[in-house]
Amino acid sequence: MTGFGPEEWQAVALSLRVSFWATLFSLPLGIFAAYALARWRFPGKQLFNGLVHLPLILPPVVTGYLLLLAFGRQGPLGQILEPLGIVLAFRWTGAALAAAVMAFPLMVRAIRLSIEAVDPRLEAAAATLGAAPWRVFATVTLPLILPGILAGAILAFAKAMGEFGATITFVSNIPGQTQTIPSAIYAFLQIPGGESAAARLVLVSVVIALAALLLSEVVARRVARRVGAA
Amino acid sequence: MTLSVQLTHRQGDFTLDLAFETPPGITVLFGRSGSGKTSIVNAVAGLLTPDAGRIALGDRVLFDRAQGICLPPHRRRIGYVFQEGRLFPHLTVAGNLRFGRHRPAPPRAEFDRVVEMLGIGPLLYRRPQALSGGEKQRVAIGRALLSGPEMILADEPLAALDEARKAEILPYFERLRDDSSVPMLYVSHAAAEVARLATTIVALDAGRLLSQGAASEVLADPRVMPTGVRAMGAVLEAVVVAHHADGLTELDANGLALFLPRVRQAPGRRLRVRIAAQEVILSRTRPEGLSALNILPGTVEDVRAGDGPGAIVSLSTAAGPVLARVTRRSAETLALRPGVPCHAIVKTVAIAPEDVGR
Repeated sequence: MTGFGPEEWQAVALSLRVSFWATLFSLPLGIFAAYALARWRFPGKQLFNGLVHLPLILPPVVTGYLLLLAFGRQGPLGQILEPLGIVLAFRWTGAALAAAVMAFPLMVRAIRLSIEAVDPRLEAAAATLGAAPWRVFATVTLPLILPGILAGAILAFAKAMGEFGATITFVSNIPGQTQTIPSAIYAFLQIPGGESAAARLVLVSVVIALAALLLSEVVARRVARRVGAA
Repeated sequence: MTLSVQLTHRQGDFTLDLAFETPPGITVLFGRSGSGKTSIVNAVAGLLTPDAGRIALGDRVLFDRAQGICLPPHRRRIGYVFQEGRLFPHLTVAGNLRFGRHRPAPPRAEFDRVVEMLGIGPLLYRRPQALSGGEKQRVAIGRALLSGPEMILADEPLAALDEARKAEILPYFERLRDDSSVPMLYVSHAAAEVARLATTIVALDAGRLLSQGAASEVLADPRVMPTGVRAMGAVLEAVVVAHHADGLTELDANGLALFLPRVRQAPGRRLRVRIAAQEVILSRTRPEGLSALNILPGTVEDVRAGDGPGAIVSLSTAAGPVLARVTRRSAETLALRPGVPCHAIVKTVAIAPEDVGR
């Protein structure tokens, strides 16, 4: 196998950057959405649940197109963001948004399951010891759901690394700008003699995915031992 | 500090409707399962919002439906010892004990005193999963105490423990009652436990108040039968006089001698002795040539026949009220009615160690 070309490196670096920021930014929102779905009762909860899960069911191309309609330069949200210096369409930031939206349902599901596994009686006990609701969340709930948060984050990261349909629809396939690993593989397969480059990127994908999985196993086991679930 | 509770609450087809006040010491909420004990304690803690009523601790109103006051649990300053401990699994014992520290922080000395009293010093850096049931409950008691509470609630804190672990924990509650100024509301349906701990008893039946008063009075009230007649028994207060060489301890109950299997307490100590009603034999005349060592002369106060063949006889003696469970036939043969003199006879070996507390 020959060495990597600059285009391939670019794709790998971009994919890592896109996935990292997509995961980091969606994590607080994901925890909030998971908590709301697990613990709160509010009107429109089913609708909210549906919206959160929508990207899981919709064809990715549809999600990407909806993002383009909303965040494109002519889109309602795009027009609000542009004067603030935030342009998403056809930029790597847009790729991160697309990846975050696509990974969101997986993240929320993992965190929600871990919140539902927390015994509310422990939280009640914390309240009788004088802890206000925010402190109960920060000192009891959050530490106990840490394994779930990690699992959700890693799942989201892996999903973001592999995102293709919504990304290519929303931000196209611009080398160095929006060409992530999957888009690069797709592009290499379109040109004669691109198979070996594509194969190298496939190998990189497999290695990163396996590393993420192993890391999550190790971290989750350590955290679980610390919070007493093991 | 006095807790005054007045509340009404409907849960399905069960209605809780009662009012009571607790003087200092341990007030035991006594009643069979499903009589509403836990709901009351949860309402005091703020974990359950009653339909109506008022709950005040001293001059602090915790809940008043009419005025629209309902303090959230974290602002009530009430420590709660749960049946299942509810220790935080992600914290060490020390972390659990310090969880409530942000209220007026207990000084280091206070922390050390509580740790010392509960004997949990060697456990401080362990995790709850590595503790036995009894150790967990001791930590839970310490955690509640160290949160700087103005009142402690305990919801059947011994129910999940076996007899040996119960015997291990009970003395800590006795110490709390005697050494601490923090009043306690203690839920239980175990008569022996109640007899040892209660300063005051609030007896419940199906969500209503059955009887309220000093422990010796309420336990001697035949209407209070939360766990059936077998659990009935009166409590006598007595002072240790001497330990005899043959394994017996002699006590003085207001002039009457009581003989118990050897207890640990030193002479001069005041003890509570529970006399189970079904271990008591009645005799109209002072018996002669009997192996039983405890003979308490008294007068019949009340005879209450049950649905079955049994009757409960309340006797007043110099040592205090004594309950006896006899057959209705015996009650008739002996012509037991109020005012009749009678002797209560109790075998020494019928008084079990768990019936004796300080």
